[in-house]
Amino acid sequence: MATYDGLFDALGLREWCDASDTRKTTTSMADLLASTGKVEETSILDLPFPSLDALNDACAAVIESRDVTKGVENGFLAIKDTLRVVLDPLTQPLSWILDGALATFEVIPWFFMFPLLALVVWFASKSLRLVGFVMVCLVFLAFVDLYDHAMQTLAIIFVCAFLCVVFGVPIGIAMSRNNRLQRAIIPVLDMLQTLPPFVYLIPLIFLFSVTEPKLYGIAIILYAIVPVIRLTDLGIRLVDKDVIEAADSFGMTDRQKLFGVQIPLALPNIMAGVNQTIMMSLAMVVIASLVSAPGLGVLVLRGIRNLELGVGLVSGLGIVLLAIILDRVTKAALDRVNAAQKH
Amino acid sequence: MSDNVKVSIRNLYKIFGANPQAALKHVLDGMSKADLLKTNGHVLGLRDINADMREGEITVIMGLSGSGKSTLIRHLNRLIEPTSGEVGVDGEDVLAYGEEKLRDMRRQVMSMVFQKFALLPHRTVAENAGTTLGVRGVSKREYLAEADKWLDRVGLHGFGNHYPHQLSGGMQQRVGIARALTSNSPIMLMDEAFSALDPLIRTDMQDLLLELQKELHKTIIFITHDLDEALKLADHLVILKDGYVVQQGEPQHILLNPNDPYIEDFVSDINRARVLRVRSIMTPLDGQPVPPDAHGEVGYDDTLESMIARSGGDTSHRYIVMRDGQPAGTLDMTNLVKALVPRVASEAAARKY
Ligand SMILES: Nc1ncnc2c1ncn2[C@@H]1O[C@H](COP(=O)(O)OP(=O)(O)O)[C@@H](O)[C@H]1O
Ligand SMILES: [Mg+2]
Repeated sequence: MATYDGLFDALGLREWCDASDTRKTTTSMADLLASTGKVEETSILDLPFPSLDALNDACAAVIESRDVTKGVENGFLAIKDTLRVVLDPLTQPLSWILDGALATFEVIPWFFMFPLLALVVWFASKSLRLVGFVMVCLVFLAFVDLYDHAMQTLAIIFVCAFLCVVFGVPIGIAMSRNNRLQRAIIPVLDMLQTLPPFVYLIPLIFLFSVTEPKLYGIAIILYAIVPVIRLTDLGIRLVDKDVIEAADSFGMTDRQKLFGVQIPLALPNIMAGVNQTIMMSLAMVVIASLVSAPGLGVLVLRGIRNLELGVGLVSGLGIVLLAIILDRVTKAALDRVNAAQKH
Repeated sequence: MSDNVKVSIRNLYKIFGANPQAALKHVLDGMSKADLLKTNGHVLGLRDINADMREGEITVIMGLSGSGKSTLIRHLNRLIEPTSGEVGVDGEDVLAYGEEKLRDMRRQVMSMVFQKFALLPHRTVAENAGTTLGVRGVSKREYLAEADKWLDRVGLHGFGNHYPHQLSGGMQQRVGIARALTSNSPIMLMDEAFSALDPLIRTDMQDLLLELQKELHKTIIFITHDLDEALKLADHLVILKDGYVVQQGEPQHILLNPNDPYIEDFVSDINRARVLRVRSIMTPLDGQPVPPDAHGEVGYDDTLESMIARSGGDTSHRYIVMRDGQPAGTLDMTNLVKALVPRVASEAAARKY
């Protein structure tokens, strides 16, 4: 006897229920329990929520909730092929770029790489102290044989953060100029930011094969692009109205205004967005090791899987060091931009 | 100076709100600014403005905060579009301009100076001053040379490579003025350009502007809420209140003949002796012979303050007013003393007896 039998009887739906009754081809745990012969003492406290499964017990015409998940799955599988035909070629360059970047970082020997990175840090921050700090961190990483993995992680972050900026800044600019577009995009950004990173991976795994770099590339970009879009939009909207008015009064075209006034004045905010984007890429690249992203995340994962405590902790420390390096360098670049345009 | 009208405004109305055309009907039927806001939720920015701004003159638009000064000046270069009316520059209808032509006008004909300076913080002082040429596509080398020239002229020699934030407020506004001058446009719009500055620096800037004007003869439209500043700079004074023109004309004339309590209020607490000039209160000769009993000759443009000092306060003295070396009129010290009393006071006195 199911709890809601009475409900369907009262509504006069019994016939409709029984008409489609194919009578349990599967046996549920509850049925098994019931068949043990114990008479259940029913109290009002045991009243189950009228969920699909509870209703299905009473009336076979009602679908079970696993039919819902099955339906979603079937729906997704049905559009998967079309989606793939469109998305596969569009995203293929991402795989090439990631492969290229990984190969490049691998090919460059460490004794070229160190000065190269030092130079990059110097140009971003103009601070010798920071260059020294970054070098010490890298030497340490190399010393404990994490150099290759760290470089793979770095290569992926460079590519993904760069692409986030390439796509995110124009999207942010478009949003700042069009209120309707802004209203449409903000919920999408909210969703991307609040979804747990693992959830992105599920549809992506079905769409692309797990061995392709673009799989984790897309996951990282989707996750990390949000701050740069948000802060570009915000930054441009916050540009001093008086300065915009002045630009108009001198007869600037929209283009001159965008590149000569709005973007430069929004730069501190945009840079803050880039900083966050890079940090989020790093967070995601570790998780993306689940779907074959190389780098320090692989070692962390090995530590968890094989209970190799030392490997997991040391590579975790490596990730922390990378995070500190990336944060310090982008913050230093941001400070330089800020200092250049104090009001 | 000439009598050419450079900028003319005819029957200009501006209403802020969702449906300005509908609100305009009420305004034309005579609804007041307060009523329009209460019953329609529209803000009456400007009501039936008519004004001519002459070539080579400084036209000052004065009014309290919220009286519509900024709204009015922004109609000249169409940073704000009117609800109805006409704006003419050099006899051309500015409102008929398309986007391209409007941009050309903003680049070549009018340049603007702002209350909060509105400099670009990421560009050097010289680059800022050159912006107005830069937008026209003039090469950087050329516009920096021109900018340096004008920076020198406004007293900022050697500051070209500084950034705006390294400069004081007064110096930043000098950059603002240099930027407007670099464009070499005949018309300058100045919206409370000196209002954000300390009083002493403000006086310096006013002197600088008058000195530049003596040489450059621009058509300047200058906005202020400060009567002293208005009287110091204005060739023509337009007084705004709640979006309409209360009185306009030669400043000395307005001072001596205010036609509205609003203006009397404005006028009542200024130092009249320092502002009024001999020419405004003298008795013209009109072919009469020069009186023989005069105590001396005085200048046509002297202030009354200097006259009082000169006469030692003796009200019986009488002077001959000289203009360009010729006698033009006579000045009785008794008339001078009368002119020092604001009209409100004199009327109140008259009513008493
Ligand atoms: N964009 C706008 N929307 C609504 N009302 C406005 C707008 N701009 C100005 N106003 C109103 O128009 C009037 C005149 O403003 P403004 O020209 O700035 O005055 P002023 O420069 O003399 O202080 C004020 O009542 C102000 O509130
Ligand atoms: Mg104003």
